Amino acid sequence: MKIAVPIKFVPDLVEELTIDPSGTALDTTWLRLIINELDDHAVEQAILLKERSGGEVTVLSAEADGVDDFLFTAAAKGADRLIKLTGDFSAADNHALGRAFADVIKELQPDLILTGVQAHNDLDGSVGPLLAEYLGLPYVGYVAGIALDGNKVVARKEYAGGLVAEVEVKLPAVLGIQAAEQPPRYVAYSKIRQVMGTAKIEERPVSNLESSGGVVVGRLFQPEVAERATMLEGSPEDVADKLVGLFKELGTL
Amino acid sequence: MSQDIFVVIEHLRGQVADVSYAMLAGARQLSKASGGEVVAVLLGHNAQGLASNLAADRVLYVDHPALAEFTSDAYQIVLAGLIQEHAPRAVLFGHSSIGMDLASSLSARLGIPVVNSCRTFTDDGKFVSQICGGKIMAEGNLPSPALATMIPGGYKAEEGQSAQTPPLTAVSAPALDNLRVAVKQYIEPDTSDVDISKEKMLVSIGRGIQNKDNIELANELADALGCAVSASRPVVDQGWLPTTRLVGKSGKHVKPKIYLALGISGAPEHVEGMGESEVIVAVNTDPNAPIFNIAKYGTTIDMFDLLPVLIEKVKQAK
Amino acid sequence: MEITLSPLSPSVTKTFYTSLFDLQDGERVRTCLQCGTCSGICPFGYIMKFPPGKIIGAIRAEIFDHVLKTDSVWMCVSCNACASFCPSNIPITRVLMTRTKEEMILAGNVPSELQAALENTQRYGNPLGESPRKRADWTLGLQPEVNILGKTRQPVDVLWYVGDYASYHSRMQPATRALAKILNALGVNFGILGPEEYSDGDSQRLAGERGLFEMMAQKNGQVFRKYKFNQIITTDPHAYNALKNEYPALGVEYPVQHYTQFLFERIEQIKPLLKNEIKAKVAYHDPCYLGRVNGIFDEPRALLSAIPGVELVEMSHQRINSLCCGGGGGGMWLDGFQWEKAHTRLSEWRVREAVAVNTQILAVACPYEPPRFEDATKTIQAASQLKVREIAELLAESMDL
Repeated sequence: MKIAVPIKFVPDLVEELTIDPSGTALDTTWLRLIINELDDHAVEQAILLKERSGGEVTVLSAEADGVDDFLFTAAAKGADRLIKLTGDFSAADNHALGRAFADVIKELQPDLILTGVQAHNDLDGSVGPLLAEYLGLPYVGYVAGIALDGNKVVARKEYAGGLVAEVEVKLPAVLGIQAAEQPPRYVAYSKIRQVMGTAKIEERPVSNLESSGGVVVGRLFQPEVAERATMLEGSPEDVADKLVGLFKELGTL
Repeated sequence: MSQDIFVVIEHLRGQVADVSYAMLAGARQLSKASGGEVVAVLLGHNAQGLASNLAADRVLYVDHPALAEFTSDAYQIVLAGLIQEHAPRAVLFGHSSIGMDLASSLSARLGIPVVNSCRTFTDDGKFVSQICGGKIMAEGNLPSPALATMIPGGYKAEEGQSAQTPPLTAVSAPALDNLRVAVKQYIEPDTSDVDISKEKMLVSIGRGIQNKDNIELANELADALGCAVSASRPVVDQGWLPTTRLVGKSGKHVKPKIYLALGISGAPEHVEGMGESEVIVAVNTDPNAPIFNIAKYGTTIDMFDLLPVLIEKVKQAK
Repeated sequence: MEITLSPLSPSVTKTFYTSLFDLQDGERVRTCLQCGTCSGICPFGYIMKFPPGKIIGAIRAEIFDHVLKTDSVWMCVSCNACASFCPSNIPITRVLMTRTKEEMILAGNVPSELQAALENTQRYGNPLGESPRKRADWTLGLQPEVNILGKTRQPVDVLWYVGDYASYHSRMQPATRALAKILNALGVNFGILGPEEYSDGDSQRLAGERGLFEMMAQKNGQVFRKYKFNQIITTDPHAYNALKNEYPALGVEYPVQHYTQFLFERIEQIKPLLKNEIKAKVAYHDPCYLGRVNGIFDEPRALLSAIPGVELVEMSHQRINSLCCGGGGGGMWLDGFQWEKAHTRLSEWRVREAVAVNTQILAVACPYEPPRFEDATKTIQAASQLKVREIAELLAESMDL
């Protein structure tokens, strides 16, 4: 079983995001990038599958600050191959990224491709289904749990309200991961450092990044910051009346 | 290209998802800008009854046994054909387990741009998308044509419901052979305890509840409201509520419509799990409690004075 | 206790055992008398399947792999009580318990709360997962402005290594500001590193993440080398311990004092400034890494005694026999785990002790403690009137700062 896991780095929300003077992009001065959390789950799921049934896990990412460390960490956890796409990804949208991944993944000929079902900065669609379409493969998203079964997999697809569908998908296929079967594991820093000395990151230059998503942002803005609470004054009766009114207004009563 | 706005109706096990109604409301606003009609696109098997309360100008209905359960594969084939044939101004999908299996794939297949996470549209045909965990909104002209996924919050479901059944046109399905995706079975949610992350409202209690017996008050209020009781760390640590009810860093992350925080100070560890709630209402006798910094409404009335009155009034209001 | 005798992995034991000998005084493990003092004095020894003495017993029985199969070592708060009372002077905490935790982490047996703190440290340089940019936010509004060395690039006499919790934790920030005001009142020429400061890493080391600790030490060392200063002071006893006892072996060596030592040296200058009376019985809690590990017992007490109105009283556990607040050795990030196992908190025991000697104020000198003890006063009914104060807060209050 060959598993490919394309991942993406996104702005870290721990830092306050600011908008650059053009008004259409995030200010990158203080921007810190971090692995898209669901992609981290996809890596974990791939390693779990490998541990269970054997196989080879390849993790792929476009180059960005911190990507090397992440790839080495993935290797320390059990990934076999690390591939970094190099080039100027600063203006690449998800369509471009999906195409770039598709070109590299075609050569790998994986049986299964796992990626996070979404990222918080997706605007022109999500990488997983775009990639699936460029590769001509079926796609099932919101997956939390995978069982291998010969030339197909049974994916646990999550719906709102806790309903789960067991969905059979013919391989090769792309699955959008909502959660790995167990949270991403911890790997001691000493192990990562060891891997840094031995593992190799294969670089694949990407020259022709076609941002064909076609979504043009006119402006970015921050939603109004919540002010300090409006204090409800009066007797317990008054306050209770106001709360009941509020519950009705918001449709919870 | 027509000026119609298509809405792909999401339904599962005989129920139309709320997001579909909200999308119809969003489509209505877009149709005003475009001058076209709102067209509900319903795929299923013996499912035409689901169209009865859709606030759409008309319904395109595709019936096929292979559409009895949602699968990305069959839906994509049918929708690709419909979109190519009718060339609508825009097609709306839910930003959900169903819609997200479709929108991006169709974008790549048909070469039509897709805009994710639209919360609202403007009267002049712009999309307003919520990105970066709600910290940033992105606005732009909705490409023409466009596909879009919609998140809840921008439109109310009621706005997309109608007492009148819209006219329905049955469209024959294309060949649906060699499908690669099939639903084997559904697994019901574990109902041994409520999943507080899925509740619309939470009555959440903190240290201020003081002792185990007082939890009955919170239960009574939650019962009257038809919602669940959750708690901050100290309450769960005391064993007064099971860990399934814990909100916070080491517990569940919740974002209900209303989070009623009773006697919760608002420590960062707790806020991490509930800060994204739509409306936080805080009841705390300490006017300096940090919970008031993130709450929309607050009161310093003692919860033990407030709760009995509130429970009565909620019961009356039902 | 049920121990299945097969399968045995004596090689696991042997590798582990010999690895102890590479550490300073590690070979002393061989001198263990199996007297059980360590397991008895350990605050959580009664809950551990393998308290320290039994770990050594398991090594001798070549069944150390059984120790790794239980998670009881995560009850260890690295308070060093075991080592302080061991008649054979075995460095139990630093060597045996810490190495055992390292093995647990290498085996991937890490409670999720601890994992989050370690990942945060790796990613942000602090276990709280806060933005490094905001590390000096506690200084906002202080006058005169606190000198952040990366901005001013002025040489200073004292580099104040503020530390994680003193920088970020909302309960600690007032105490941190209080210390800044005291330093200003004393005319100390000091600066901080602000966003360039990394976690000292000592608690991560004692939680078994040696590699992460070394990475933090290297990063802090690089930053220290950028600036000119004569000495370092720390708010946090754990940072003090790291800088004094651990960093030098990694090539990062500077004269360092805990702030209570630094202020004690200036006590004659401070005394006339202590104007406001604080009329209260005050009990001082010896932080493990200030007192028991580094022998600083008298300076904090002298500072407290200098405050007019303060009547210093002692709790039943004091000085070398002090009782850990529960935050050390990773305990700060294992609250849920330890609660599940013990259904009690060390901070609650300590607060009960404070109440038992009729104190109004529990004075502390470690940034882990105000939040932990204050939390405990809310669950222990008898402690509802007990106030928890950093020594710096009490001094600043008396100095009217």
